[in-house]
Amino acid sequence: MNRVSVALRPDLAVIAAHVARAARVLDVGCGDGTLMAALRDERACDARGLELDAHNAGLCVEKGLSVIQGDADTDLALYPDDSFDYAILSQTLQTTKRPDLVLAELLRIGRRAFVSFPNFAHWRVRMSLLVGGHMPVTRLLPVAWYETPNIHHLTIADFRDLVRAKGLVVEQAWFLKGDALIGPALANLRAEHAVFLLSRG
Amino acid sequence: MASAPLLTTSAALDLARPLPLDGGQSLAGVRIAYETYGELAADGGNAILICHATTGDQHVASPHRITGKPGWWARMVGPGKPIDTNRFFVICPNVLGSCMGSTGPASPGPDGRPYGMRFPVITIRDMARAHVALLEALGVERLYAVVGGSMGGMQALSLAANWPHIPERVLALACTASMPAQNIAFQEVGRQAIIADPDWQGGDYYNTGRSPDAGLAVARMAAHITYLSEATLAEKFGRRLQNRDAISFGFGADFQVESYLRYQGSSFTGRFDANSYLYITRAMSYFDLAEERFGPGAHGQGRLAEAFAGTSARFCFVSFDTDWLYPTAESRKLAHALNAAGAPVSFMELAAPFGHDSFLLDVPALDRVIAGFLSR
Repeated sequence: MNRVSVALRPDLAVIAAHVARAARVLDVGCGDGTLMAALRDERACDARGLELDAHNAGLCVEKGLSVIQGDADTDLALYPDDSFDYAILSQTLQTTKRPDLVLAELLRIGRRAFVSFPNFAHWRVRMSLLVGGHMPVTRLLPVAWYETPNIHHLTIADFRDLVRAKGLVVEQAWFLKGDALIGPALANLRAEHAVFLLSRG
Repeated sequence: MASAPLLTTSAALDLARPLPLDGGQSLAGVRIAYETYGELAADGGNAILICHATTGDQHVASPHRITGKPGWWARMVGPGKPIDTNRFFVICPNVLGSCMGSTGPASPGPDGRPYGMRFPVITIRDMARAHVALLEALGVERLYAVVGGSMGGMQALSLAANWPHIPERVLALACTASMPAQNIAFQEVGRQAIIADPDWQGGDYYNTGRSPDAGLAVARMAAHITYLSEATLAEKFGRRLQNRDAISFGFGADFQVESYLRYQGSSFTGRFDANSYLYITRAMSYFDLAEERFGPGAHGQGRLAEAFAGTSARFCFVSFDTDWLYPTAESRKLAHALNAAGAPVSFMELAAPFGHDSFLLDVPALDRVIAGFLSR
């Protein structure tokens, strides 16, 4: 894997390392613009953001980035077909009202999409439910069930099913445990976190 | 850091050539009053044009010449402020049609008598055209940024759409790409209040010893309500009574909010010309960026984005959650139109309690966005 800025969150580092140079990128749920800034500065990309939180949007503007404040569940409809080489949705899919529709929008707007999400089938999560009988609170899912923004938990297996049902293609997948990449074997049990690169069928 | 004296120039420019107008006429002898702050860099790359709102003026950061009050954006413009005059050369002209030094209906026409209603009806683009003439005269060929709120934002948009080679950045606050019906409606109330005042005299009230102060005050009162939020009115005044313990069963200013509005109305007449109010609000109600470029009936996102074809400027639009006069939907629509056309554009809705006036008031998040947008 290519080396990228160590300041990036591991899943963002994976994405940043695999975006083609000078690509047009839409970062949905771009937060404070860290990934967009890295893509601009290190990969010469034309990166645009969509972000729900006005404070975060302001932080993007301060970095000289272009960001539109809005909601992925409703505002992706305003973007034209094929307007980006990549649409990126990092750690946001599980917070949307309709992940299936958001996924379809990503691959309408972008020719490819990077999607990253916490894996709800990681063994710690399974143990928490199986042994403790509680909804898990882990490093990647740090918030109790009643106040978590994650309203649609999913597993790597669930995501593969959705991708298949939508007729999309997995071009590449990466699995993370802690901050390290791990192999695909038993990923749905071992990975805390997954990153998928998708394209249209 | 040592800072230069804040105000550099307060001057007026007489345009050498007649100014062509959207209405088909051409206006000779146009004067544009303006102020500048800071110094123009040797490469000319640090000029910022600030466009004022409906009843604003060129005194963006200097005391108003009639009221003595601080400049209308003194909190935003100055040494070390978000629009930093240590770094930028700031130009703020008084709009065409106004009454603070630029040519307007109160100015003498070719026969030496005030224009009155003989003044041609102008548009936002005509105001921008006058700004461009001023920039040419000042030797400013490009703008680091054009900045404006409300009607000032309309001028910024018009300048970017019609003179796409001039601005490198466009910052429009609490703004719209076309005047919504509700705003046209409120402004029509204001204009009719002026016209219904017998002292208006068909607009020829200059030198008669009478002027339509009552009508202009009502216009200002109605407009002033639209600039505030319900929460502001509720908090500032509630149902509290003005210097009395009980309602009077009469029509005096029983409520504090009534007294406040009357004061706003009457003090406005001391600094603003009623005919200028008619002409400037008319220009705003005519404002439609897509129609301005492509003629009547040109609407929709596509046309709106097309209006900005040819500019490589970066755009930033800000709306405020309590602004019901220029609501968020207007700015968002504009942002997505530009985004769909591939333009680098940012948009955000900031939380602020002050309604439409938020862009003029203490909103720290706005300071950060403006400083950030202008930083690189």
